[in-house]
Formats: sequence, structure tokens, C-alpha cells
Amino acid sequence: MSATTPFTAGRVGRRRLATRQRLGLGLLGLLLAIAWLTPWLHDADPARQQLTRILELPTLATPLGTDHLGRDLLARTAAALRLSLGMALLSVVSAAVPGILLGVIAGWRGGWVDRVLGSLADACLALPGLLLVLLLVAIAPGNFWALYVGIALVLWIEYFRVVRARTRVLVASPQLEASRLLGFGPGYLFRRHLWPELAPQVLTLAAFGAASAILAMAALGFVSVGLRPPTAELGLMMTELLPYYHEAPWAMAQPILVLCLLVLSLNLLAGRDPR
Amino acid sequence: MDAVTSRRFPALSGGLGGVLLPRLFQAGLVAWLVGTLTFVLTRTLPGDMAYRIAAGRYGHDMVNSAAAEAVRVELALDQPALLAYLNWLGDLLRLDLGNSLVSGEPVLHELSHQLGHSLGLAMVAVLLSLLLGPPLGLAAGLRPGGVLDRASEGLASLLRALPPFALGLLLILLFSVSLGWLPAAGHGRVAHFVLPALTLALALAAVSSRVARNAMVEVSGSAYYAFSRTKGLGERLSFLRHGLRNAAVPIVAYLGVQFVYLIEGVVVVETLFAWPGIGHSLVHAIVARDVPMIQGTALVMGLMFVALNTGVDLLCHGLDPRRRQS
Repeated sequence: MSATTPFTAGRVGRRRLATRQRLGLGLLGLLLAIAWLTPWLHDADPARQQLTRILELPTLATPLGTDHLGRDLLARTAAALRLSLGMALLSVVSAAVPGILLGVIAGWRGGWVDRVLGSLADACLALPGLLLVLLLVAIAPGNFWALYVGIALVLWIEYFRVVRARTRVLVASPQLEASRLLGFGPGYLFRRHLWPELAPQVLTLAAFGAASAILAMAALGFVSVGLRPPTAELGLMMTELLPYYHEAPWAMAQPILVLCLLVLSLNLLAGRDPR
Repeated sequence: MDAVTSRRFPALSGGLGGVLLPRLFQAGLVAWLVGTLTFVLTRTLPGDMAYRIAAGRYGHDMVNSAAAEAVRVELALDQPALLAYLNWLGDLLRLDLGNSLVSGEPVLHELSHQLGHSLGLAMVAVLLSLLLGPPLGLAAGLRPGGVLDRASEGLASLLRALPPFALGLLLILLFSVSLGWLPAAGHGRVAHFVLPALTLALALAAVSSRVARNAMVEVSGSAYYAFSRTKGLGERLSFLRHGLRNAAVPIVAYLGVQFVYLIEGVVVVETLFAWPGIGHSLVHAIVARDVPMIQGTALVMGLMFVALNTGVDLLCHGLDPRRRQS
């Protein structure tokens, strides 16, 4: 694993990115710009219907055309992107923080703490991830927060496992032992010895996790058990526009293309093949 | 789970028990999780559960408060939550999954039909992916950095960025709508298998080809592989005798991870292609709030996941003698 660390650590504090990661970062930046600059430059309500102007080709007023209810597709695609990216960020952060924290605790303390936390993680993984999310979503249909809790509940385990395994090795290392004997507290030990080693792997996991969060939300939207219309959501947009693929192929291509580019950029940013 | 169990049952670790016991435990956990979540579902869904079950049984026109009351007493829906929960789990333990609220048929009866369809699709998809992915990956891994390696890496990245439903959509548009070669949805003939199985298989092969490639690179860089060439074995023979089996261990082990993806993929792919399997039925049940069907389908999918993983564990156990000793 250490042979191909994704963020090749140069000197402390400076990291060099591989070419594919730069490519991913650039692509992600572009999508972020589209998502958040569009409402400034193109003032249109993503939910406003104009039934006299359905499935129109791109014009100056509607740069990406309109959908089957005459809604502006640029505004909708940008809104869907914001939703996907927001969900990804939210679920990655709220999975990473407890995942890392519990991983460090489990790896550091060992013993029964480790066993209890490990069993907890195994219990969360007993069901395939999407199935757990589906059951939670069934309890609160169309609810963003149920979706978010489900996704975060699945994602935290990866951080936990990776961090725990790495911490276990690091805690036994002589440099950490020396620091501890010098009397430094756990906060300092984490900052100085653990985090620099953990950060590259956590970043890779975060990029993969963001991609899976986005895909999970889109998959549920696509089979109409996720968020409800008229929300602009990528999977939902695909299902809605599917009946019109013949009249308006450019309309249906948009959510597909955006979703693929988004996931591609995150996968490139992660910078490594899945193990 | 492995470590915990082997510590607790030292006599069993190493043998087959070390493989099977954690999985048995996982199966129990799956049943409890599904049962608990669906029980929460019955308590939190808006509306009166008794009315809904009565409507499912007698038809929407025949329901009145007397019928709902009869159902309430019969199914003990007026019990306090804890008692009802224990009863719910007890029913699950006896495999009494109740009747579907939509069709009125016993859930087990419906599941037995759907499971066959889902397993058929999943099996064809896995076999197809094994035919596509690992051979390509092994070939790429023999010449890392070569044309084939880079081409297959690009293709794999692209396929991994395409979620199964988008991939399926594109395949439908290409093969059914534009070319008219294959049916877009439905089931019954062999032709109906092609697109859904291909959708799942391509996505699985995208990952397994890279896993195979990395495994092959590692094997061909190892000392025993170099030695087999030095002692005079040809490239073909050393690949067949020393390369294949060692590279197979990570590929098979990774299948276990891929089953997560397969189960998730089955949900969306069956829905997209109108395949009458468990995933399709789960989505339908969620949309229709058919709680017994949700419980049944989720339970079967969860147990299928455990069973497939048990198979992978046993296969690894057979392939890799190091596992049997440690």
C-alpha cells in the first residue's frame, strides 16, 4: 500500500499531486464553478414551469434548452450539481470525523475498546450499503436527512478500518514511543505523528466516499425512492427525461454527462485503483 | 469479526469453522437488522397499519372500521411497542413473513419466484464479468505500462464513472433503440438476459480487470516468478503454473467486495430493465409501502449477500494454503 501513496509526500507540509489527480482537481473545479456561478450569471428558477416552451433546443435565454415541463435545464443541472456536491461534502465530513476519531481510539487503546468498535463497524457492514440506505429511506420517504444519515452510516466504516490499522502500526513505532516518554499529550502526538501519516489515505477515501455518496443518491433518485420531484436531482432528472430521449436527446444527455464527469473527477482525484 | 471469533473459539480458527462461524453470525445480524428496521417502519408510517392490511386483504372497496378492527385484534397491532417488537422478531424467527399488502399473496411464495430470476441474472453477470475482466487484466499486467495496460486503464476509469443505470440506459439506446438488436426490457427469452447482464458485468469487470492487473504485476515481480523463469520454464508454463493461481487469490477475494456492488446494481438494473427479480420488487414495495414485502425482499437480499460471501471465503480457503495454516 505504501508503495503507491496517492499524495506523494515531499517535504513536510508540501505535497505533490500526480498528473491524473491534477486532471481530476481541474475537472472538479470546473464543475464547482458551473454549479455555483450559474445562479449569478443566469437568473432562472429551476422549478419554474413554462408549458408553452417544452423540450426546446438551446437558445440564448435558455443556454441548455428546456425539459418536458419547460423548466430551464441549465438552472436545473446546476441546482442538481449543487445538491450532489453538497450531499457529498456533508456525508464525507460526517463520516470521516467519527471514522477517524474512533479508528484512532480503537487502534491506540486496543483490547476491549477495539473489539467493541470493530464489532460495531462489522454490524454496519452486515447489510450491503445501498440496502441499508434503502431501508432507512423507506422509513422517511423523500427525506434528504434520512438519505444523508444512511450514506454517512455506510461511509464511516472505511475511515475507521484504514485509520485503525495504520494507527496500530504507528503507536508501536519508536518515534511515537519517544514522544510519549517525553511527556507530550495525545493532542500533540496525533498532530505530529499520526495525522501526517494518515492524511493521504484519508484524502483518497474522502474522494472515493464522495463519489459513492453521489452515486447512491442518484441511484435512489433514478428508481424513484430517493428525493421527490420537483427537486432537481441528477438521477431523478434522468428518469424524468427518459421518455423524451427521442425528441430531446440533448436534454437526457445532460444529467448523465454531468454525473459521469463528477464521478470521474473524484475517481481521478483519489488517484489510485481500488484495492 | 474474524479476529474476534478466532480469539473466542480457538479450536475452530484455522479450520472451516473459522470461515463459517463469522458468516453465520453475520446472517443472524442481517435478519435482526432487517427485522428491526421494518418494525420501525410499521410504527412510523403515516396512516393506520390495520386499515392498510385490511385493504390489502379484502380490497380497497371492502374495508370498513369493523374489518380494520378485526385485523388489529388478530395481528395484535394494538400491543405496546416492546411486546409488538418481540412478536415481530418471533414471526421472523419462524420465517412467518406474512402476506404482501398489495397482492395478498404470502411473501415467501412471491420471493421464491423472484429469487430465481435475480440469482439467474446475478450469476450470468458474474460469469460474464469473469470472462471479460480478469483475462484482460492479466494480459495487461504481463506488460505494465504497455498499450493494452493503458487502454484498459482508460476504459476501466470511464466505466467506473458510469453508474449502472446510466450504463444500462446507454446500452438500451444503442442496442435496442438505434440498432434494434435486443429487447430493451422484460424477460423470458435468452435475448432478454443480454443487456441487464452486460450492464452489471461491464461495471464489475471494470474493477476486477484492474485488480487482476495489479495482482499480476505483483506476482511477476516476485522472487518465485523470477526463479521459475531462471530455472528454464517458458513464459507460458511459468504463467500457468506459478502466475495464475497466485494472481487468482486477490481476484477471488475481491469478488466478495464486488458482491456489495452486485446487490446494489441488481436493485437499479432490475428496475431499469423491468426484470421480475428481488431488487425490482424491493423498489416496488418501498414505493407502495408494502411493509411485509420490504422485509422479505431486504431479508433475502441481505442473506444472499452473506451466502455469496461465504462462498468466496470457502474458495479463498481452498485456493490459498497459507490461510489454512495461520
